[in-house]
Amino acid sequence: MSELQRFLESRLPIIGEAVVQTLQMVSISLVFSVLIGLPLGVLLILTRPGNVWENRLVYQVLNTVINIIRSIPFIILLFFILPFTKLVVGTTIGIKGAIVPLIVHAAPSIARLMENALLEVDSGVIEAYKSMGIRTRHIVWHVMLREARPTIVLGLTIAVINLVGSTAMAGLVGAGGLGDLAYRFGHLRYEVDVMYVTVFILILMVQGLQSVGNKLAAKYKRD
Amino acid sequence: MIKLSHVSKTFYTKKGEVHAIQDVSLEVGKGEIFGVIGYSGAGKSTLIRCVNLLETPTSGSVFINGREVTNLPAEELLQVRRKIGMIFQGFHLLKTATVYDNIAIPLRLTDVNPREIEERVNRYLRIVGLEDKRDVYPGQLSGGQKQRVAIARALAQEPEVLLSDEATSALDPETTESILELLLEINKTLGITIMLITHEMHVIQKICDRVAVMEKGRVIEQGRTVDIFARPSHPTTKRFVNSTYQEKLPASLVRELSQSGPVVRLTFVGESTGKPILASLGNHFPVSANILAGGIIQLKQEQIGSLVVHLSGEPQDTASAIAYLEEQGVRVEGVEVADE
Repeated sequence: MSELQRFLESRLPIIGEAVVQTLQMVSISLVFSVLIGLPLGVLLILTRPGNVWENRLVYQVLNTVINIIRSIPFIILLFFILPFTKLVVGTTIGIKGAIVPLIVHAAPSIARLMENALLEVDSGVIEAYKSMGIRTRHIVWHVMLREARPTIVLGLTIAVINLVGSTAMAGLVGAGGLGDLAYRFGHLRYEVDVMYVTVFILILMVQGLQSVGNKLAAKYKRD
Repeated sequence: MIKLSHVSKTFYTKKGEVHAIQDVSLEVGKGEIFGVIGYSGAGKSTLIRCVNLLETPTSGSVFINGREVTNLPAEELLQVRRKIGMIFQGFHLLKTATVYDNIAIPLRLTDVNPREIEERVNRYLRIVGLEDKRDVYPGQLSGGQKQRVAIARALAQEPEVLLSDEATSALDPETTESILELLLEINKTLGITIMLITHEMHVIQKICDRVAVMEKGRVIEQGRTVDIFARPSHPTTKRFVNSTYQEKLPASLVRELSQSGPVVRLTFVGESTGKPILASLGNHFPVSANILAGGIIQLKQEQIGSLVVHLSGEPQDTASAIAYLEEQGVRVEGVEVADE
């Protein structure tokens, strides 16, 4: 009993801090990557051959850039874009320093999943709205994004869970977080109990995210 | 109301040019129900899409209410489309919205004020007979009900024209009937002009005032429905008309009877329907008419009578009997036997 107490007393604050760091990194980078990825996904759809803003150049450039960024593993990207990170947030370390590469890493994936979700929307419904004289921006918002919501939510769930995984590597630039904690205590200091607790929290987090995602998707899906 | 003048549409694909429609001209009058019939691939779908410019014609002009709409700037095109409703084979409703919202959302997006929206949705739900389904999602509706929602959605825009792209083709016969009834009623009570495309002659028969027959991108025949039914001239038109006759005579029977005289189909229209022409035939010629099959086709306005008759007698007598029948306004046509 006293041993558990001692453990909690000495390690709980560190673990709590790591949880907060992870949540901060995940939520901030999620918001920004959606803000960047969503419009890019819509742009990918609209500039696609045969669509309203058909534009081969924009589509191809966007496509290539997204593929290039997506092919760089996060741990490499983290160091690869250090100058860019410095330029954007003025530092390359800590949570701030980790968030920029997290966004650069996640936004293209989110653009892709938006594109895929929007591609699934029945083109007939879009045509029906076109035939009613509805503006393109309204069709994007009220038809495409609306109908794609269940798929978007499920895709975003995967994206968030990936982000949680990526934050583990953010420890390398001193951003902290659960992954970093597990690595430092479990691997470097061989205090396995801290590692177990951390891993357990990560499992809970991922499970929670997935079930929230599933519930939300089911709520939006009506057929 | 709608006028297509020398409209052509060519698609340029990797495999080469596809001439989907070629030099089509037709006119749909105000308050009319106009049908375009053709087999799949005839170009009718492309044609109806040219009316509201979902497809831009490669050449030719489209006029709505006397105004050319072929090269309108985007903003004006939106306004024109708002006056042309359209319904589809696949219904094309929002899966994630209730019946009410499916009708209300397009109205919201075209700046109709909220009170007016509420009023219109209720009015048109009543017209299509779905007041009790307003809070239901399309996934819970049957095909016919979905099409009714789609019709209500189109009507709620208060269009002058309704375009129907194979609206009944995905429905079972009974539901097809009820949707056709609904279209007739809309046409009659709201005075909305309807242009529809279909591959079912039955649809033309039931509700169309006039019809155009399409094949390989061209209109091969057009006219009043009754005339097309009574005197189809193009072979494809004849096939469509024949598809409405229920009876199928066994080929062996027709062949056997043909030995002793021609087997013919007599079509009676208008006045000739009432006269006992066939009964008096024996008084004029040494020919006896044996009725093999018969029926009446109910068109929107008129009826057309149709009889399959075996005329037995000497060849010169049956020939003059046929000439007499034609003189009386009866259309006579040899019954063809399909080779098995």
